[in-house]
Amino acid sequence: MTEPGSNVKVAVTIANKRIARYPFVSTLSGGERVSRRKINRKETIAGYLFLAPNMVGFLVFMVFPLVGSLLLSFSHWNLIQSPTFAGLDNYRQLFENPLFWQSLKNTAYFAFVGVPLQIILGLFLAVLLYSNIKGLEFFRTVYFLPVVSSTVAVSLMWQWLFDSHTGLLNHVLGWFGINPVPWLVSPKWAMPSVILVALWKGIGYNMVIFLAALKGVPEHLYESARIDGANRWQQFWNITFPMISPSTFFVTITSIINSFQVFDVTTVLTGGGPANATHTIVMMIYQYAFDFFRMGYASSIAYVLFGIVLIFTLLQLYFSKKWVHY
Amino acid sequence: MILEPINVANTTGKKKPISWSKLCAYAILSLGGIIMVIPFLWTVAASFKTYSDLFYNPYRLIPTEWTWTNYVDVFRQVPFHLYFLNTIKITAASTLGVLVTSALAAYAFARLEFPGRDFLFMGYLATMMIPRQITLVPTFVLMRWLGLLDTHASLILPGLFSAYGTFLLRQFFLTIPTELEEAATIDGCGYIRRFSTIILPLSKPALATLGIFIMMQVWNDFLYPMVFIQSDELRTLTLGLSIFRGDVDIQWNLLMAATTLSIVPMVIAFLSAQRFFVEGIALTGLKG
Repeated sequence: MTEPGSNVKVAVTIANKRIARYPFVSTLSGGERVSRRKINRKETIAGYLFLAPNMVGFLVFMVFPLVGSLLLSFSHWNLIQSPTFAGLDNYRQLFENPLFWQSLKNTAYFAFVGVPLQIILGLFLAVLLYSNIKGLEFFRTVYFLPVVSSTVAVSLMWQWLFDSHTGLLNHVLGWFGINPVPWLVSPKWAMPSVILVALWKGIGYNMVIFLAALKGVPEHLYESARIDGANRWQQFWNITFPMISPSTFFVTITSIINSFQVFDVTTVLTGGGPANATHTIVMMIYQYAFDFFRMGYASSIAYVLFGIVLIFTLLQLYFSKKWVHY
Repeated sequence: MILEPINVANTTGKKKPISWSKLCAYAILSLGGIIMVIPFLWTVAASFKTYSDLFYNPYRLIPTEWTWTNYVDVFRQVPFHLYFLNTIKITAASTLGVLVTSALAAYAFARLEFPGRDFLFMGYLATMMIPRQITLVPTFVLMRWLGLLDTHASLILPGLFSAYGTFLLRQFFLTIPTELEEAATIDGCGYIRRFSTIILPLSKPALATLGIFIMMQVWNDFLYPMVFIQSDELRTLTLGLSIFRGDVDIQWNLLMAATTLSIVPMVIAFLSAQRFFVEGIALTGLKG
């Protein structure tokens, strides 16, 4: 019976490696990793039974679609005839399709302009709220209302505010002598409008995450800084900012990943227009799969999106290992 | 807390208890709060205006004459009550399903030892970041093959499993001392009894947090209903709302009444269980 023992050793090494990689896990799994119980048949069966319902879902709705999508991306299939092998044809066509590059550009615009604004404003509001403000809960509630509302509803509300003729937004701008802005009807203004709505909807979310991160900064650091005569600005840059940088980085990466999946807001607010100025990658997946019934082509778009998500996930893993402030 | 030194300076130097920087903070937060609230206020206001009132006085907050007819008309023009029932049904089934499957799997990952456990858990971790948009096309093909297109099952089934939910609950279960279960084992309790009488009752906050998070996601989901549901009477609120927009040729008063109706349940849920909403978000943001 040498095998079970070595298995446990392997498991322990894996566990230790994992702990090195995910410090969050290590703080929680203390007693569990040193247990050297022999693998017990009854426990094994129980383990698989407990896991089974979830595992079925995991296999059917995660592993199968991931593999299926990859295989489909190398084939032509219109749902009626049987699929035919296409090699890299879908990818070749995709990279020659100007709409793809346009959608990729729009999606990147949405992500790389929208996310920094979300992060900076979310952090700014969180810092303001955290500085002994009375009514923290009230403000948090107010800023969080758009977060719990559906993107569809929020987009409809804003569509009305953006209206060129009866919209409140241009009316208010008029008070300050600003000419009406063609929010949703000009290709130049459509994406900024979409970003504005996403910012309005998402800022409370970021604020709450940063509030949680700020609570994790030990108070004694500020005390010693004050003794050294650091002003608030210096305290922020030398204590707060480095201490919350892992959260900031994590939120930035996940927000970018989420932004690359933008679909609801552009579909309802602009329908991808005008002149495809707000057409996004996921809208393209939807369009090619369910309007044109090109399942293979749509899957190749999905895999390009998967590649983008993967790059950011790996960046996340790489940098979170390097960060020492955990 | 960051403001403390300034307060100290104030009490020694000036006599004013409130500093300028604090006033600025209040001003900025209030301005932001107004920007957050205005779209809601104008939406609700428009929903109580008549069509001509809205057309001639679009910027007025208070309607010149209050009317309920928009709300009546919404239900007359589309089966909005069915949209409500459908959304409630799908949300309840998915949320309950995720809680059950995630809690069971999380118990296996946190407490039981069996071959392949760590490998499987790494698999779950690896797929946590994968968006559902990537698995959409094969899921559609699968549902079509199963004959489940245009049924609520096509929305509920993929939602019954959550890698993230499993991860979150596993982390929570690991914080529960094992001694509690060891005592129960000596008393002859099996895995199911230990899970249901010790772990589950102690995990209520974590379960509530995850449940609310999933509930919010499913209630507000748009892409999947749009792909899987065709029939009018099976539509969810988000889908019904987006199609209603096209149907009514943008009669804003009607559309704003429908929008208000669709938001109200989530806002009430949020106001009554705020803590869990906020914790759920804070947890999702700090994982990693």
